[in-house]
Amino acid sequence: MMPSDQLLLYRLQACPYCERVVRVLDDLGLDYRSRFVEPMHSERTVVRRLTGKRTVPALVDESTGVTMSESANIVDYLRATYGEGGEA
Amino acid sequence: MVDFEVTDLPETAHVTAGDEAPDFTRPLVGGEFWEDRSFAALVDEEAPLLLLTHPMDGAFPTTYVWNALADHGIVDRLPVVGCSVSTPYEHRNLLADRGVDARLYSDPAGGVAEAYGVTHDLDGMAGVSEHRLATFVVDEDRVVRHAWVASQQPAFPDYEALTAAVDEVV
Repeated sequence: MMPSDQLLLYRLQACPYCERVVRVLDDLGLDYRSRFVEPMHSERTVVRRLTGKRTVPALVDESTGVTMSESANIVDYLRATYGEGGEA
Repeated sequence: MVDFEVTDLPETAHVTAGDEAPDFTRPLVGGEFWEDRSFAALVDEEAPLLLLTHPMDGAFPTTYVWNALADHGIVDRLPVVGCSVSTPYEHRNLLADRGVDARLYSDPAGGVAEAYGVTHDLDGMAGVSEHRLATFVVDEDRVVRHAWVASQQPAFPDYEALTAAVDEVV
């Protein structure tokens, strides 16, 4: 299955907060595209341009226009939007 | 002229001019992130482009060829996409060290090398095969318009011929 361009996850290899988001994406059966970024925090300019912060995970949802960081926020957003009784 | 012995590499049935360039999906490494990217999709969006396969990052032919592609202005003419067995982290360092505007596919298991017929079993290193130095100019229909595959090592592309091939497509 080719990854979808609708959900774009910026992640870091072995980052527990990123894996938490991945688990929820998988639980919800959502197709997503992964972009692995720099381990060096100071060099994560692509993430900063998107969210204003250099932290990962960061999620871009093309279908709703939402861009967000912080795993807890992302998980809440995904469940609210795509979970049972979600908006989408 | 060079005054040292070069080593002949075994004959190989490689992708050649007129062939459809085999599609593959591997992590494509840019300056800021890496992600799975289909070569066919890349061709759709950016062709004509140059696919360059090369020995692992850090080998001197790799350094030489990237420097030469920059010196000959080829990286300014069309998108150049490299491919080697090296990891995304090594690719990131290569891009930074060479200062080239390019992207690199990471093909650690050598499947792309196999598909293009450019596998090089690295003598003296058990369990390691890498990619021969090779250049493939690919057009909008994913047809290879110019192919050169090293038959010796060290051997480098004829940059004049490569430039002429690029002139044909851009």
